[in-house]
Amino acid sequence: MNAVEVTGLQKAYDGVEAVRGIDFELRSGEVFGLLGPNGAGKTTTIEILEGYRKRDAGEVRVLGVDPERDGREWRARIGVVPQEGELFPNLTVLEHLRLFAGYYERARPVEEVVRLVGLEEKADSKVRTLSGGQKRRLDLGVALIGDPELIFLDEPTTGFDPGARRAAWQTIRNLRSLGKTILLTTHYIEEAQQLADRVAVLRRGEIVASGTPAELIAGTASTVVRFRRDGEEVVIETEEPTRLLHELTSQALQNGHELVALEVHRPTLEEIYLSLTEEHEEQPE
Amino acid sequence: MRLFLHQLQAEQRLFWRSRELAFFTFLLPIVFYFLLGSAYGDEEVNGVDGYKFLLGGMIGYGAAATTFAGLALILVIRRESGVLKRLRATPLPGPTYIEAVLASFILIFVLEAVILVVIARFAYDVSPPSSLVSFAVVLLLGSGAFAALGIALTTVVKSAEGSSAVVNAIYLPISFISGAFFSEEAFPAALQAIGSILPLSHMIRLCRDIVVYDSSVWDHLSDVAVIAAWGVFGLVIALRGFRWEPRER
Repeated sequence: MNAVEVTGLQKAYDGVEAVRGIDFELRSGEVFGLLGPNGAGKTTTIEILEGYRKRDAGEVRVLGVDPERDGREWRARIGVVPQEGELFPNLTVLEHLRLFAGYYERARPVEEVVRLVGLEEKADSKVRTLSGGQKRRLDLGVALIGDPELIFLDEPTTGFDPGARRAAWQTIRNLRSLGKTILLTTHYIEEAQQLADRVAVLRRGEIVASGTPAELIAGTASTVVRFRRDGEEVVIETEEPTRLLHELTSQALQNGHELVALEVHRPTLEEIYLSLTEEHEEQPE
Repeated sequence: MRLFLHQLQAEQRLFWRSRELAFFTFLLPIVFYFLLGSAYGDEEVNGVDGYKFLLGGMIGYGAAATTFAGLALILVIRRESGVLKRLRATPLPGPTYIEAVLASFILIFVLEAVILVVIARFAYDVSPPSSLVSFAVVLLLGSGAFAALGIALTTVVKSAEGSSAVVNAIYLPISFISGAFFSEEAFPAALQAIGSILPLSHMIRLCRDIVVYDSSVWDHLSDVAVIAAWGVFGLVIALRGFRWEPRER
């Protein structure tokens, strides 16, 4: 069974459509990335799935339950890391985890969660003495204490330095290997590429592309071939790179000249993402 | 019940660790009792000993400071910092959480009132209330009504930054007009009229009647009714407008 099923989801705020009829599903045990620029509708979507917001139209099932009819047992099966939000500055890391552990019938052992999020050395420190990255790890710890099946991570590494980001990615991979299903929103392409089994790219409330990162790259037709001729750069986009290269190279060999600075370039996920989310800005609605 | 006690324990820890809040809500009425007592405790106020007179005022002020101001501040700060929203994502039922926070502040207020009575007894020779039942009823009725009004207040305070200023600007003048610090008989008629409709003036009067005159709460049902009416008013607003999520940014 799919952990999450969304069909035709719509949500507007004061007449402004934030989510315009999207469909996607999360298979159990996968990491799914919702990728998109700020304002694309990622947080609205994730907050509808978490039960914070009511949808205007469409069907949503999270662990088989409509989040608008959430109950305590359902809440115990999901973990939420919000995009922003503080904890209690005067409680220590361990005190936070014990407090939240008390809300669940079957909580994960507190020491285990401390290890899982890498806060062993800060276990007895008050939250106000933690760095931003350490607070974010505690956010994750608090979301994991109830041993949820499904974890929502809303921009988990925004504002991290590169080292902290890599550490967070490793933690998320560890969760995946524990069999958790994870829905991740991010506007970092590399994060989606590193972590997600499948991604959906959101732009202005619509899914403009979805699939595995490799499928997204394979799905774009063109390969770019560049070289220099008479000091000028030649750029050719082609859907048949083999044929083009064959023609170019055989011609060059026949004429006895070199294809200077020859490059064959497949678009990166980043370039595809940018073309999906930015190029369209010019087009009239 | 297990969840309630779990949260109540956490709330107690959170309150006493937050030094500023503990000082301004719990300690300040006790400090004021000493300060105002040194100013006019030995004089007669409205025909009674100043220390006796002041005790009722300080208990009422304590109720406003803890279960009204302190409770409102804590809830606004937690709402705006996203703590309440996060709690909503856990299996802790919302009503259980609110009940625990409420019980925590009522407990703090009752402790404060007991300390005031003990100080009055041993420092100023004021005999404790003869009817403990009446005294307990007034403490619980007053703090319950103020707690409802405190939760109602969170619906009009929009941001954490300004919350402390707004809450102080409301509860300090109310305490003053209600005669917590000085006898309201010296006030102009207009102020007295305003004071007479506020719940705090009725709570202070009840405290004085019970502490000073050894009367029973059942002889003052009109005061009880006014306090209860304010409590119901607060409860209605609280139930209608209470929010778990921070303001949209």
